[in-house]
Amino acid sequence: MSPANEPGPTTAAVQAVNLVKVYQTGGLPVHAVRGVDLRVDRGEFVAIMGPSGSGKSTLVHMLGGLDGRTSGEIWVDGKRADTLNESGWAILRRQKIGFVFQFFNLVANMTVADNVELPALLGGSTPRHARERREYLLGELGLADKADASPAQLSGGEQQRVALARALANQPQVLLADEPTGNLDSRNTRDVLRLLGEVHRQGQTIVMVTHDARVAGLADRLVTLLDGMIVDDGAIAPPRRRTKPGAGDVVELRG
Amino acid sequence: MRLPLLALLAKEPAHGYELKQALEQIFGSAYPSPNIGQIYVTLGRLEKDGLVRGVDVEQSNRPNKKVYYCTAAGREALDEWAESPSEGPRVRDEFFMKLVLAPMTGIADRMALINRQRRHYLAIMRDLVEVAEQTDQDNRAAHLLIEGAMLHLQADLDWLERCQEELA
Repeated sequence: MSPANEPGPTTAAVQAVNLVKVYQTGGLPVHAVRGVDLRVDRGEFVAIMGPSGSGKSTLVHMLGGLDGRTSGEIWVDGKRADTLNESGWAILRRQKIGFVFQFFNLVANMTVADNVELPALLGGSTPRHARERREYLLGELGLADKADASPAQLSGGEQQRVALARALANQPQVLLADEPTGNLDSRNTRDVLRLLGEVHRQGQTIVMVTHDARVAGLADRLVTLLDGMIVDDGAIAPPRRRTKPGAGDVVELRG
Repeated sequence: MRLPLLALLAKEPAHGYELKQALEQIFGSAYPSPNIGQIYVTLGRLEKDGLVRGVDVEQSNRPNKKVYYCTAAGREALDEWAESPSEGPRVRDEFFMKLVLAPMTGIADRMALINRQRRHYLAIMRDLVEVAEQTDQDNRAAHLLIEGAMLHLQADLDWLERCQEELA
């Protein structure tokens, strides 16, 4: 293990040490995650890519305590987390982790506004602060006029954006996301991209499984999984400096 | 750039600098600012082929400027351009050659090639995201152009993933 991967005095936002997941469903054991070491520092935006079945979703689910590990360690904000029981994880998630999935898990009998404000209120925000944060997030996602609607009245893409707003309501220590743009059309994806870019610039730590290259392109770092192992982990080069702002080269000119 | 310039001239006669400005205005930041020298070279070739004709216009206090018109032959060339389908994009041949030939020659590890290429594509994507942010929201042509480039990159990345699954 490299020194960078050892839990140490400089606290990582979230860290996995030799993390393993073996599913025992029916016949043969399935080795979904096979010894992953991953340290995510505060303020980092890490994109996780890889073919389906490579263990990406299992990895982020374990980092959020939604799926138990077979062996290895998980550290969240400098504290050992893999040894927590379910209620311990629930408290940790409420305080430190925002989670957004491909499926939205909104509370059906609450309005959109209440869905978004709830985690902030549970996390100890004042009602006023929770409301302001909700107004900001829904506004950025083009959903300001849906605040009083119930989730069932929204399209799939709208529900997904509400789920993202809810995950960010608490300004969590780390945002874990599993294919958060899976149901969005191009225009809605643009709103989500803008918000993710903005919260990241404000210091939000993000770990995100995605197939969407536009989303992955926002990240500072790319981790690629294959067969439950990390096969690549490195920085994505920052955008080129342009002599004239906005003078792009999307197309090639030929004489 | 030949036919786009010809299309602009079919709309109205113009001189080189006006064509440069028109391209910039229509395609915005998504298009590289065309080099004025390149425009004059292209106009020269179009004139040689009889598709445009340049006429010197006298200006007071300044050197003459050359205004270009689209000729009848130019009009025909444009019709032909409009009627023929454009070539589809092709697989990135150069990368594929490297990928297939690398293990035979021992010049590189396939996995390393794929990983490096993937990060390179994402860096390009990052550039495109920035170009999109800097592009006027009302310039729909520019945004569609950027979106097209993004979709191509997505396909390239999906294909890299397939290569990794099959060859790793």
